[in-house]
Amino acid sequence: MVAIGIAFGNSTSSISVTKDGKVDVIANPDGDRFIPSALSYVGDDEYHGAQALAQLVRNPKSTVVNFRDFIGLPFAKVDPTYSQHSAHPVDVKGKVGYEINGKTVTVEEIAERHLKSIKLAAEDYIGQEVEGAVITVPTDFTDAQKETLTKVSESAGLKVLQLINEPTSALLAHLSAKEELLNDKIFVVADFGGIRSDAAVIAVRGGVLTVLSTAHDYNLGGDKLDDSLADFFAKEFQKKYKSDPKKTAKSLAKLKSACIITKKTLSNVQTSTISIDSLADGYDFHTSINRLRFELVGRQIFSKMASFVESVVTKAGLETLDIDEVLLVGGSSNIPKLASNVQFIFPESTVVQAPSLDSKLDNPNELTSKGAALQASMIESFDAEEIAESLQPVVVNTFHVSKPIGIKNAKGEFIQIISRETAYPIRKTITLEASADDILVELYEGKRTIKETVIEAEKYSDDEDSEEEEPEIVKELKYVPGELLGQLAVRGAGKGNKVEVIVNITRDGKLQITARSGAVVVKGEVQSA
Amino acid sequence: MSLPALPKDFSGDFKPVAKYSAAIKRPVEPVGQYFLAHATRTLRGHTWSEYEKIEAQKNVKKVEETNDDDDFDTNQDPELLAHDPREWKECDLYAVLGLQKYRYKATEDQIIRAHRKQVLVHHPDKKSAKGGLNQDGFFKIIQKAYELMLDPTKRRQFDSVDKEADVLPPPKPKSKSKDDPLPYDFYKAWGPVFDSEARFSNKKPVPSLGTAESTKKEIDLFYKFWQNFDSWRSFEFLDEDVPDDTSNRDHKRYIEKKNNSARKKKKTEDNRRLADLVKRASLEDPRIKAFKKSEKEAKEAKKKQKNAGADKAAAEAKAKKEAEEKAAAEAALAASAAKVSNKKAKEAAKNAKKKNKRNIRNAVKDNGYFGASDKATIIDADVETLIDAFDDVKLGEVAGKVHGSDAATAKAALDAVAKELTASGKVSSLKYFGA
Repeated sequence: MVAIGIAFGNSTSSISVTKDGKVDVIANPDGDRFIPSALSYVGDDEYHGAQALAQLVRNPKSTVVNFRDFIGLPFAKVDPTYSQHSAHPVDVKGKVGYEINGKTVTVEEIAERHLKSIKLAAEDYIGQEVEGAVITVPTDFTDAQKETLTKVSESAGLKVLQLINEPTSALLAHLSAKEELLNDKIFVVADFGGIRSDAAVIAVRGGVLTVLSTAHDYNLGGDKLDDSLADFFAKEFQKKYKSDPKKTAKSLAKLKSACIITKKTLSNVQTSTISIDSLADGYDFHTSINRLRFELVGRQIFSKMASFVESVVTKAGLETLDIDEVLLVGGSSNIPKLASNVQFIFPESTVVQAPSLDSKLDNPNELTSKGAALQASMIESFDAEEIAESLQPVVVNTFHVSKPIGIKNAKGEFIQIISRETAYPIRKTITLEASADDILVELYEGKRTIKETVIEAEKYSDDEDSEEEEPEIVKELKYVPGELLGQLAVRGAGKGNKVEVIVNITRDGKLQITARSGAVVVKGEVQSA
Repeated sequence: MSLPALPKDFSGDFKPVAKYSAAIKRPVEPVGQYFLAHATRTLRGHTWSEYEKIEAQKNVKKVEETNDDDDFDTNQDPELLAHDPREWKECDLYAVLGLQKYRYKATEDQIIRAHRKQVLVHHPDKKSAKGGLNQDGFFKIIQKAYELMLDPTKRRQFDSVDKEADVLPPPKPKSKSKDDPLPYDFYKAWGPVFDSEARFSNKKPVPSLGTAESTKKEIDLFYKFWQNFDSWRSFEFLDEDVPDDTSNRDHKRYIEKKNNSARKKKKTEDNRRLADLVKRASLEDPRIKAFKKSEKEAKEAKKKQKNAGADKAAAEAKAKKEAEEKAAAEAALAASAAKVSNKKAKEAAKNAKKKNKRNIRNAVKDNGYFGASDKATIIDADVETLIDAFDDVKLGEVAGKVHGSDAATAKAALDAVAKELTASGKVSSLKYFGA
């Protein structure tokens, strides 16, 4: 069976396949890797993807965009803001639909047609029939929405193997590519999409991912940047030609689609041009913009995005210091300004993963679908029952230790063995050296402290510079031994020999510690509170 | 990093001091291989070490399996063994590696393993140990074959001209007529032919020839696919060796040109060959014949039906027309009859009116002007005025009263109407009646 991974977004969808252990995002027959989630009906023809999006200029009323979030929602609950310049959602027996060329089409039918076109594109590329798929959904998708999406996908001929959360999928792809899945870290995955932004704090512990908090902003995304850029150009155009390009829907659509291209170009180069033939009243528009100007135009949005990332960390009850890495996902993550803004709110110890900061990274747009493909390749050999069984609450809902557990070394420092938010059952092993023949292994819970180092500002020799620079305070997160849990004596370990300390938390919450040095094995057990 | 020394006064092995902080229950994300491991552990109730044991066992099994079921032939034909390594291109390279059974289906893994097996047998060092010297000819061919097989482009070039993998179509039947039964089973004879041609397809999966039970749609799809066959077959492998250009560049270019045109020619020939093949198969296909026959029958039946239908329609139209004509004639007749009867009625009414008027006048006269014959002219004038003023109903009424009655009654009746009419203002200049 061939299974693919699909990232089904509001703005774009992408398809990934695994081939010989390598994950690739594939292009549809139009050559698009990020297939616009759009559908257009012109006369008797149906257009998909970029071809449908192009119809926004000429046939906005028969073109459906940004419909993913409407799937499975009652009409009363949908926010039609982003359908303003396309087909408007209408009430179809309480559900969402569209009135296109006098016919009513439900959003489920639209989604089905879209998934069908995706399936065809994948089959065209692979040369084999695609039967199953792992589809990503935002973390706030309701059960009803998931159920509807599963049904819709099945009627499009794609069996849903599993629906997985978008941020998790992206993180899985990122970590698998770097082979860092086993490093215990806390991540912020921030997904800046076309019309909405989502963020999640995810703890990676022993290769198992746990979402600690999520945040959503339905009014923040690349579309807002397009709008501000369009506003900027509209003003310039009006000044030059005394004509408002925003007064008709057609010229506005033209301006916006050109702005999208310009915005994308500015992520890669310093200056870009925009040129639109006959924008309004027959005037052509041609001008150039540099990256700095764009950053000024979108300043408000960029700072909103950065504070959005900060908010999700606060929501998790953490500080920015606790975050090891920030992974930027989604098309807008390509913008250098966004990456630097996000980097600014985190301490230097936090690594921000964005293409403008590390050119070796995968395209942030591709991560979500790649993760889905990875998951698909992992579970495609299982039966549906086996997959369903592994998704049961008894398996998924597990206990996570709330404080790190470790031991104290000879210097009195805390050596972390099991980090906080680790799901158990878990077993971890570390190897240390014995400082004497008989040694003491003390099991501790870690206590979180913040070490502040003050770096004095450099004193300038010339007194003219009266402005005194503030001393910089560098904060550092450090765990010190907190509550003592137990003491273990290893007699006859032999000075200088290696001692293996194994900490094991069983399924029922028993914390077992084993110290082993050669033939000497000592064991102990501590209960959970 | 090191562990601290044990204090002297510590007794026992382990002293639990406190409980560790309560755990938080959260859902983990059901993705990734480590989650799957977690799920298996939880569902099967394995502990870590049990799980590791089982996993370790699994791995061992997998490794063993990969070495099984090899079926590579290492006893090559003596003729092949003695082949001149300079002419290696002319050998059956799959036979060289012992992969005759697999040919184009051989996987890369199989090629690697087959090569290893061949090397173990045919390595020159082993041969010289057996007494023969300088017998590395065949080994050279093995190495060449191996190199070629591992390069997907070169392997395709070889597969393109691998005659051993070709399955020839059945010999053409001698009888000229199309309707004669085939001397061979169509499916058994043609199935392998198409299966072997299918290896050149760029598009996968390739539809199969099917069976006698295949539907018309499947068959149409099959022939459509083969008529538009997208083949990767190429003929570089048969190229004449191009000399390197240090000696003679012109010669090199000449050879290259020749090779190119030869490839093109062979490709066209191959395309034509395939087209002919597909055409012949479609002509011989018993299913298509059956479909054509049934289609023809259906057409005829339809035609028949259509003819029958046309007759019926004509008859119906005729009947309808007749009915319409009849109805029209009847209507005309009725209309004229009505006209006549109308006329009659009108005349009758007119006559009745005249009669009534006469009756009134006569009644006056017959009664001798009610004994006032001196006023005869006045009475006559009055009567005329009255008669003119009467409507049809009144006329009939009055005529009925006065006709044949005695003078008193007639006079009373006429007086009454005269009064009535004077009161209603219809007559004004009555001199005798109503006075």
